[in-house]
Amino acid sequence: MHILKSRGKKRTLQQEKVGTKKSVQKIKKTGSNPRTRRGKWISAGYLFPSAAGVLLFFVLPFMIVIYYSVVDNPISHQFVFLDNFVMVFQNAAFQQAAKNTLTFSAAAVPLAVVLSLLLAMMLESKIPFKSQFRTFFLSPMMVPIASVVLIWQVLFHYNGMMNEILAFFHADKVDWLNSSYAQVVIIILFLWKNLGYNMILFMSALSSIPKDIIEVAVLESASSFQIFWRIKLRYMSSTILFVTIMSLINSFKVFREIYLLKGEYPYDTMYMLQHFMNNTFSRLDYQKMSAAAIMMAIVMVVIIGILFLTENHFGKDVEG
Amino acid sequence: MSRRKGKKYSAEELSLQRWDKEVKRKKKLRDTRHMVRILIATMIAGCFAVLFLMPIVLTITNSFMSASEISANYGQVFATTDTGGKVYISDKVNLKFIPDMVSFSQYGTVLFKSPEYLLKFWNSVILVGPIVAFQLLVASGASYGFTRYRGRIKEIIFFLYIILMLMPYQVTLVPNYLVSDWLNVLDTNWAIWLPGIFSPFSVYLLTKYMRRIPTSVMEAAQIDGAGEWQIFRRICMPLCKGAMCSIAILIFIDYWNMVEQPLILLADQEKHPLSVFLSKINSGEIGLAFAVATIYMVPPILVFLYGEDYLVEGITYQGGIKG
Repeated sequence: MHILKSRGKKRTLQQEKVGTKKSVQKIKKTGSNPRTRRGKWISAGYLFPSAAGVLLFFVLPFMIVIYYSVVDNPISHQFVFLDNFVMVFQNAAFQQAAKNTLTFSAAAVPLAVVLSLLLAMMLESKIPFKSQFRTFFLSPMMVPIASVVLIWQVLFHYNGMMNEILAFFHADKVDWLNSSYAQVVIIILFLWKNLGYNMILFMSALSSIPKDIIEVAVLESASSFQIFWRIKLRYMSSTILFVTIMSLINSFKVFREIYLLKGEYPYDTMYMLQHFMNNTFSRLDYQKMSAAAIMMAIVMVVIIGILFLTENHFGKDVEG
Repeated sequence: MSRRKGKKYSAEELSLQRWDKEVKRKKKLRDTRHMVRILIATMIAGCFAVLFLMPIVLTITNSFMSASEISANYGQVFATTDTGGKVYISDKVNLKFIPDMVSFSQYGTVLFKSPEYLLKFWNSVILVGPIVAFQLLVASGASYGFTRYRGRIKEIIFFLYIILMLMPYQVTLVPNYLVSDWLNVLDTNWAIWLPGIFSPFSVYLLTKYMRRIPTSVMEAAQIDGAGEWQIFRRICMPLCKGAMCSIAILIFIDYWNMVEQPLILLADQEKHPLSVFLSKINSGEIGLAFAVATIYMVPPILVFLYGEDYLVEGITYQGGIKG
């Protein structure tokens, strides 16, 4: 109104009302206030370095990767569509790696989520030394895996500590790192490293559940199982989603532990997708590499999409 | 009142009394149950804590063993190649918490006799330091851009950042390699630095934090005549100090622990950080390895002890990806 008046346009009341609405809409749409417009450009300028870097180092090369994945080779640029994907898919090493990675993630991620939730609930149930326990559980996250890998070797070597313990119970020796038990070792290592991080996320989620709702539930004589299942889990659904996604991503990073434990050629069940990528890198086979990377990206997007949808389904009525 | 003199209670009062007793009994039962539950929880947590701490503590204590004690204890495990005529190797593995004799000989060797370890340690510092500093710098600008004047385009870009952040290394390493090759920086530190500096992770986290600052604060500053730079420098940065600390810690842990990037982007083993080099220590020097591992642990542990609350806060802000 004031803006219009100051511009000195004479209108009837009716016109003015209509005019105000329209011009307000216009201002909102185009940001025609010169100061706002200038601020917009400046704030975009703050964004620029990062956006340029991301574009240059992640987005554009990813486009090139997509391009590489559908051509014959980087020199002749023959378009072959899905041939590279089929080739990678039929590669025995890739199949082995994909299978190992999948079984590992399928076992490790749910374990990581459930165990860390239990730890968080234990710490939230008013036990003494809570902050000390938190520090202890979080410490593996800080320690570089390279530093503790020696101890893990001592523990799980054929002549190592675990087998000593087994021998004490008159059980047979197990070659932990060179048998199908290798995955178990890696899962333990993964849990050791990641539980603390997940636990912190769950602890903050647990403490942010509104107390009054739980009090009402207690008054209505709900059992503690019901309270957990029907209230707490519902309220934590977005955190559970996040923890699942993070655990999934971290489970793809487990190559690090395996590499430090066993080097570049570990036992078959420890041969992960990253090993496959590394070996392809060393042969500079761009097509295979690109196709594998894109397949992983697609799988990742699909999994995350599914997780988001499930969370939307279960958590929609508590969003607030 | 008159009835009480005759010590006769009505049926109603009797049932009330009984009910009262019942409630008290139940409460007592619940209290004891509660105590027992807490006790059990504490014990389980204690067991977990011991399991969690054991590898770290063992690494540290074992670094104070002399070379002969190490080879006596772990000869069986690490004697994959020839053992070079060690005097005595037990046929069992002795996992010891406390060394028989505390000796600093391993540290002496690492610090004064074999400079390669210190060189690798320095490589780690050189690789991680600039990434932490410049990633924070770039991210603070970017998150300011994402916070002010949110529009559809910015939201789309932000969503792209989230997707990129969620991609596993295996996916982003290929693009990184291609760009490094193209920029001709393969085998130099720049190949690690550049993608690290522009990593979308800290942008995402800092933006989420900065968006919690009420817009009215910034608008008030604007009305008082502050320019964008002043709003950024005088309002957003001071308010985000804690978040910056926690993000710095998270980035530091992540890159201090890196293995994949140097393996692929740095073919020259001289440039590898200690995290990669530690796995290549041969079995003859296993005693040294413990000392080196402990030295490598020191910076993150110091950071952790100093900034645990920041770390926890940072992790907490990471949660709730939709926010």
